Amino acid sequence: MNEKVLMKGNEAIAEAAIAAGCRHFFGYPITPQTEVAAYMSKRMPKIGGVYLQAESEVASINMVLGAGAAGVRVMTSTSSPGISLMAEGISYIAGSDVPCLIVNVQRGGPGLGGIQPSQADYFQATKSTAHGDFHMLVFAPSTVQETVDMIAMAFDLGDKYRMPTMVLSDGMLGQMMEPVVLPEPREPDNDSKDWAISGHKGKREHNVVNSLYINPQELETLVKARFEKYAEIKENHQIAEEYLADDADIIIVAYGSSSRVSRSAIDAARKQGIKVGMIRPITLWPFPEKAIEKHVGHAKAFLSVEMSMGQMVEDVRLVVNGRAPVEFYGRTGGVIPTPNEVLEQIVRINGGVQ
Amino acid sequence: MSDLNVLFAGFGGQGILFSGKVMAYAAMMEGKELSWLPSYGPEMRGGTASCSVCISDKAIGSPLVVNPDVLVVMNLPSLEKFENDVVPGGIIIIDSSIVHKEVARTDVRVVYVDASRIAEENGLKGAANMVMLGRLFKETGFCSAENLDLGLQKSIPARKANLLESNRKAIALGIES
Amino acid sequence: MTVKGQRPHALTDAPFHYCPGCTHGIVHRLVAEVIDELGIEGKTVGVASVGCSVFTYNYFNCDMVQAPHGRAPAVATGVKRARPENVVFTYQGDGDLAAIGMGETVHAAARGENIVAIFINNAIYGMTGGQMAPTTLPGQVTQTTPYGRDVKTAGNPIRVCELLSSLDGVALAERVTVDCVKNVKAAKRAIKKAFEYQMAGKGYCIVEVVSTCPTNWGMSPADAIQWLRDNMLPYYPLGVYKDVGEGEQ
Repeated sequence: MNEKVLMKGNEAIAEAAIAAGCRHFFGYPITPQTEVAAYMSKRMPKIGGVYLQAESEVASINMVLGAGAAGVRVMTSTSSPGISLMAEGISYIAGSDVPCLIVNVQRGGPGLGGIQPSQADYFQATKSTAHGDFHMLVFAPSTVQETVDMIAMAFDLGDKYRMPTMVLSDGMLGQMMEPVVLPEPREPDNDSKDWAISGHKGKREHNVVNSLYINPQELETLVKARFEKYAEIKENHQIAEEYLADDADIIIVAYGSSSRVSRSAIDAARKQGIKVGMIRPITLWPFPEKAIEKHVGHAKAFLSVEMSMGQMVEDVRLVVNGRAPVEFYGRTGGVIPTPNEVLEQIVRINGGVQ
Repeated sequence: MSDLNVLFAGFGGQGILFSGKVMAYAAMMEGKELSWLPSYGPEMRGGTASCSVCISDKAIGSPLVVNPDVLVVMNLPSLEKFENDVVPGGIIIIDSSIVHKEVARTDVRVVYVDASRIAEENGLKGAANMVMLGRLFKETGFCSAENLDLGLQKSIPARKANLLESNRKAIALGIES
Repeated sequence: MTVKGQRPHALTDAPFHYCPGCTHGIVHRLVAEVIDELGIEGKTVGVASVGCSVFTYNYFNCDMVQAPHGRAPAVATGVKRARPENVVFTYQGDGDLAAIGMGETVHAAARGENIVAIFINNAIYGMTGGQMAPTTLPGQVTQTTPYGRDVKTAGNPIRVCELLSSLDGVALAERVTVDCVKNVKAAKRAIKKAFEYQMAGKGYCIVEVVSTCPTNWGMSPADAIQWLRDNMLPYYPLGVYKDVGEGEQ
């Protein structure tokens, strides 16, 4: 096993991708994810990989489309405004069934917004990335170690299901350092995709990677087939962590950075005798409906804690479906909620400290 | 000691983030859970820098230190900004060569260290941050002396190995201060 | 029986959907002939763009990928960087290359990206039904310049080869047309040179083909060819705007 090292989240993303056999990175500088690109620019030339700084996020994602279509393991990383620019390309990638990894180290928005940590891109990541019916697998790690683990999983599942995947980080997780153990490096596997546009070498019919289907019935059939795949993913790949949830009267639902704040608040509330726990979605799409459903019976209330004006709370409400109150607490614009603020919400919902 | 939340703050260029990094690495060598979170963005370009370090026996929740157990402060704006955030009973360690102000609070322990002067007089200009770290170590004992040294070694990249001895010396001066 | 004319292997059997008199068909054939002659079909990857030529992925027998509007140079960059041993070309119209995709074009060219751009300049948007293109001539009537392109309000046409020829990454920038046998032969020579330059790793190559759009110009194919000679070629002179030469760089 590799040695435990102290690494920044952003650098760990890059090293984990390399360990997962990724040798192609295209990107454009933007705070607070720039360390990913900087790290790649240092490492890739030394291991026979490709690092290319594109002229824009628009170009980056289309380079990702090209390289992914050619059958290699490929990624890009950016921060919130960059994802908006990549939206078109992501839709084409999904519509062309090309696997790739997109990292979003979120910052405050809308517009140029700010550069401090945010979770206001939840809708964008899980529901409305771009035009058309499609989904990405979205992973939301909450520690540097988990980020590393999710990178490999995102690549592998993306290849398995031929779809774009996203690791949704934020400025806090990207900038912070924690101890991490990197996985054993894997050799790149860039030649096993029989659908790729890698040159037919006279050995097969020509491959076409395409998202254009002029005939509506043909397009509908294709999209429906893709949704059958999504249904399979929903069935098999929901991931969530439970924290003190089994006896909880109040269940916080929080992911990524806000789940860490919530965890501190839960520990403080438990000391006051309040039975509060947490369900921490690790996949945001598919949303871990099963984990929440499991606790709908005993939990008297749910509280979604986010660094946004309330986005994931809608998915929590869809699962709870009126069977318990679902409340929301959030800070936005790059403000990180404090454990005390969350504790106040817990105490309020609990009806004071008993 | 189970939980320790430390906030390092000062000007950009004083080595605030590096102090935090050495502490974080030392805690890692100690087998603790830990997190290191810097302030980032334009404020880093010549303005104030700060750095949150949390160490614990349990998984770290919020890595952002809002109410530090210990504030290690190396400029006046940071003292004014964070003084009131320190938990009652906590510690404020001040580089008194730079910050010429007494802390008004009486519910915290205040440690004045003439860190920048000590560093300079010992030919260690620029290592006041390590003097401060040495004093933090003395006040809290957040790890063993051996692991502190290992943390320092881990924090210095190979190409800057020549800086190891001067940093060691600065930490020692902080401990003696 | 002697076979005089044979369909190039690099073209599929799918019949072209292009309008009568459109020059896309000729250019497709020239590209396919070059691929055949160089024996590179098995390692060639084409990038289709958005416009009338969007269906090129159905016509070429090599592997094909379809790019978002304007992004073919970026997609081609990804393909080429992933598989440098392959030969990569884009096939783009004037709207795709010189309007929405100008940024990607200029930067792929500036990087000296080892790709070939086949650029069809017919001074109009064909697929959407005849709107102004970045190469529409001053005074030219289109659906969105119904009183003729007024350069004061609608801006000036862009001469792409001239523009790109200033960039160090460009190995070949040549403007050709396909209005007669002689020019068709010259066009093929340019396309072949572009592919050969890529295989020699010389950098970005663009072959601009001044083309017709009889349907959206509102002319018969024969009149369109004459209009091209009378109006397009004076504004877009044929010739080599940059050529780094055969030798080692």
